[in-house]
Amino acid sequence: MTYGYPTSVSRRRDITARTTRSSYLRRLDWTLLIAALSLSGLGALLVWSATKQRQLDLNLDPDSFIKKHLLNLAIGLVLGFAMSKFDYRLLRAYTPILYGLSILGLMAVLVVGSTVNGAHAWISLPAGFTLQPSEFAKLAIILGMSMILSEKRDAEPEPKDRDVVLALLLAAIPAALIMKQPDLGTVMVILTIVVGVVAVSGARSRWIIGLLVGTALVAALAIHFDVIKSYQVNRLTAFADPQSGSETFGYNTQQARIAIGSGGLSGQGLFKGAQTQGKFVPENQTDFVYSVAGEELGFMGSGAIILMLGVILWRGFIIATRASDLFGRLVATGVICWFAFQAFENIGMNLGIMPVTGVPLPFVSYGGSSMFAGWMAIGLLQNVHLRRSD
Amino acid sequence: MSERSSLRLVVLGVLVVSLLGTLLLRLFYLQVIASDQYVQAASDNRIRPVITPAIRGLILDQEGRPLVTNRTSLVVSIDQTALNELPAKSVDVVLTRLAKALGTTHSEIAARLTICGRPKAARAPLCWNGSEYQPIPIAKDVSLDLALRIMEKRSDFPGVMAGLEGVREYPSPDGVNAAHLLGYLGPVNDAEFAANNKPARGPSTLLRTDLIGRAGLEAEYDTALRGVAGVKALEIDRQGAVVGTQSETVATPGNYLVTNIDAKLQTVVEVQLAGAIARARAQSDKTVGRFKGDSGAAVVVDVTNGHVLAMASWPTYDPKIWVGGISAKEFDALQSASAGIPLLSRATQGLFAPGSTYKVFSTAAAARQGRNLQGNYDCPSSLKIGPQVFRNHESKGYGLISLQRAIEVSCNTVFYGIADQLWKDAGGLDVRSTAPDPIAAAAKGFGIGRRTGIDLPSEARGRVGSRAFKQALWDQYHTTWCANAKNGYTNLAKKNPAKAAQFRAYDAENCVDGYRWREGDALNAAIGQGDTALTPLQLAMAYSAIANGGTVWQPQVARAVVSPSGRLVKSIRPKSAGRAPASASTLAFLRAALEGVVTNGTAQAPFAGFPLSQIPVAAKSGSAEVSTTKAPTSWFASYAPANKPRYAVVMMVSQGGTGAKTSAPGVRKIYEALFGISGNTVDPSKSVLVGGVPNKGLPSVTSDGLRSSSATTSTGSSGGAGTSPSAGVTGTSTPSAVAGQTALALPLVGGLLLLRKCRRRSASIRSRGERRGSQR
Repeated sequence: MTYGYPTSVSRRRDITARTTRSSYLRRLDWTLLIAALSLSGLGALLVWSATKQRQLDLNLDPDSFIKKHLLNLAIGLVLGFAMSKFDYRLLRAYTPILYGLSILGLMAVLVVGSTVNGAHAWISLPAGFTLQPSEFAKLAIILGMSMILSEKRDAEPEPKDRDVVLALLLAAIPAALIMKQPDLGTVMVILTIVVGVVAVSGARSRWIIGLLVGTALVAALAIHFDVIKSYQVNRLTAFADPQSGSETFGYNTQQARIAIGSGGLSGQGLFKGAQTQGKFVPENQTDFVYSVAGEELGFMGSGAIILMLGVILWRGFIIATRASDLFGRLVATGVICWFAFQAFENIGMNLGIMPVTGVPLPFVSYGGSSMFAGWMAIGLLQNVHLRRSD
Repeated sequence: MSERSSLRLVVLGVLVVSLLGTLLLRLFYLQVIASDQYVQAASDNRIRPVITPAIRGLILDQEGRPLVTNRTSLVVSIDQTALNELPAKSVDVVLTRLAKALGTTHSEIAARLTICGRPKAARAPLCWNGSEYQPIPIAKDVSLDLALRIMEKRSDFPGVMAGLEGVREYPSPDGVNAAHLLGYLGPVNDAEFAANNKPARGPSTLLRTDLIGRAGLEAEYDTALRGVAGVKALEIDRQGAVVGTQSETVATPGNYLVTNIDAKLQTVVEVQLAGAIARARAQSDKTVGRFKGDSGAAVVVDVTNGHVLAMASWPTYDPKIWVGGISAKEFDALQSASAGIPLLSRATQGLFAPGSTYKVFSTAAAARQGRNLQGNYDCPSSLKIGPQVFRNHESKGYGLISLQRAIEVSCNTVFYGIADQLWKDAGGLDVRSTAPDPIAAAAKGFGIGRRTGIDLPSEARGRVGSRAFKQALWDQYHTTWCANAKNGYTNLAKKNPAKAAQFRAYDAENCVDGYRWREGDALNAAIGQGDTALTPLQLAMAYSAIANGGTVWQPQVARAVVSPSGRLVKSIRPKSAGRAPASASTLAFLRAALEGVVTNGTAQAPFAGFPLSQIPVAAKSGSAEVSTTKAPTSWFASYAPANKPRYAVVMMVSQGGTGAKTSAPGVRKIYEALFGISGNTVDPSKSVLVGGVPNKGLPSVTSDGLRSSSATTSTGSSGGAGTSPSAGVTGTSTPSAVAGQTALALPLVGGLLLLRKCRRRSASIRSRGERRGSQR
């Protein structure tokens, strides 16, 4: 089905009329908002539990992480509100700017960035804040690709090959820069977004098959020609053999798995997990935050996190389905792919069924950029939702 | 928007749902199904036991003189966790520096730091058999200078520590050796560790790093002496930093073992045994040349209760060689045949033909068979039985003599006659092995051929020559004999065909009727020759039974187990092992005869000048023929005072000559020491035993080293008992000296505290001798 231009215009007027202050709150997708808020709240507690003892041991403020985390959340909520407020169709105008800024940020990272866990991904800001441009790049890629692939077509049900190539190019540039950091995890997330958006755009099947085959081929070649560093391969394969050397990446996953497994059905209680409080699981405020949930909240708590993520994704699908146009649908699709894969990758690596790549758990992991980008994505979903076709 | 788009969105949705489902399933598996395993892993992760070894209990003589104590040794050890915090390059530098200081190599230290059982661990004695969270000892008995250097220059030796550790010490009061009695310690082996760790037996008392008694009293009373190590279960975090203590049990020091041994008497016995060996080696005769005197044993027991007052074996060794691990060379020497296998205790593990000392059993058997003990028996110079001629010692004949006289002069032919009659009475050659064997039965009744039950490990049982024995031997070996008779000794046949043929002939004979108890066998058995073999201790217990009116005591080396605080934990009561199969009149006859041996018989010469009127001695000498190429085994079995028996003394020298010449003079010296005899005067106050008799009670042991107030007042001029080590603990001067030096060294202040503790413990053993001395 296609939408003629005139229809579109009349519709816009209609929607604008409805989006008054009172109707904004009423029309919001509250299920989505509450799920994301609950997840963020739970995340804050987990980050607190993960960092409190560590900070105390170092004679530092035990609450500094939770304070920063809550500040990040507040900023994220503001950014998300902003993202939802403007008509997303107007966002198209800003997309090139957002995209350009992301590229600049990613380039800057390679020049002045600081290294954390082997990846050159952060820009240090004053007052101890850091910025991770790759998180915003995901947003830029979603918006950019959605824009290109939903360009007005001459009664064609699917994007032209030219558009697809353009969209892929658009994604490839930031992906390449992120690969250079190197941050394999984020590249994998971007790949998922690309495949998902291209697929839902209605592009011919050969593009999707080609993308999947191409990805596999590139990965094989990269490993073969040592483009991917051996430690990256080790990280990826360590999950298969967690006993391989306790000090390598197998150690992290093993300790995380012990933490989760020892949580049992109902957990050891917040701030009471032996593995967590004994600092056995490294990076458990960021990439391994899920192990804290597993140990201290048990199957009830950590299962709830998966369910809350499920709720967010379910609302995402509803929003994508009901979007008033292809652009909105693709934006929602991109966000779904992002959250779904990143959550699966992060929790999967905590559970020992996915390789270790440093991606945060959306809304839960500590980290400003990830929090901002996550809430901006929620804002986008709300935006599409507010301007849906009923 | 196209249908395709919507369809793909649905596919995407299905994919996402399956991803989330996968996560939930995996989560359910980890947290609900496999949770227990991870709970265990988490606990293993963070609990680290740190062990405080228990101080092993002391072994004391009957007067409280320490035979085995603990001393502190300056030990250099390495804390792995501290070392591992350094960069690998620095670790190498530190180890090289330490190796240089200790005079060893970097690679050896590195080997000692490996954990046994891990991949790439060094071989058994080098690798560390404990927890990596415990400091690993690298060198023992280092100099104080080096210890100070290590503790003062922390920056040069990060992760390296010097401290004091307890090791076994042998104070050797009065020069006592007692190696075979005391035994030694060795590392615990896997089987023992596993056996001890069985859940059914409660919490383990054995640690991987423990030493365990391997012989002697250390082995027999290992559990009592060992104590229980303290275990502190530390909760640690990932960096190994201690975050708390989960549980803690304090180390319980091992209990003290008070023995019946008297150190001074033991020394006398050891000296006299060595003297007997020397006497043997000074002798020679035409057939065997110079006597080898290859080994010997001497035993002194209290005939009234079976207490072992002294027991020596020759050759012996210095028990110190076991401390801190024995070297392969030293261990080989202990077991080498050319050195006489010093590890073997002849007193309890050596088996020797008893010779004429066995005649007391033959006499007892004759009495039970109705022979008249007061009658006269013919003592010709030889007796011809079939083709064989059985001779008297030195082929001397005495004519018709009383049985007592036969014992006094040790007339073989009298006993041949008795044995021949008994053999014939039993049915002679062609009877079943169950036919009566009175002499063997009598010997068995006196404890020969079974373990005495002494509280020392690996005691030999010995054997009594008899019909039953021969039958059992034949049952076991006749197939081998028969096979050998046909085509055995092929290797020997190449070198010495004549000898091989002779052996085959023997085997052929034995194959057919080796089970038969021949007349000659019976005659030999009656005078302690042939198949019979016993331990010197067995003979001492048998002679004790004659002396005490028939009780065969179970010999006891230990008297009591006492806690370090002086509380009696376990008293070891005398235990009867049976009644001698002899009537009171038979025993009285034997006692009279044995006394006659000394006043009027074979032992008259060695006891010439001995004040027998005051201390009558009863004895029997023995010279057991072993082979034509060896000097006889010299025996002297005795007890005294003959009129009121108290001590039984047995001495034996293998390849030593006659009992009277080689062993008897040694036994005489032992009696002189026991009764305080010099020349022909008897002065009990000069006895090696305090007060002239064995201690009736227990020496007092107190934990704090301070005397009770009443004792303190009675100490009087003996000096501040609480501050100076008692006379009984002269052997502890080494740690005291170290303590003096250590006082100068501030970094070792912790060690000093430990030293003082040790010193106090040592000082706490108050000897009865000192107490009495001070009361004078």
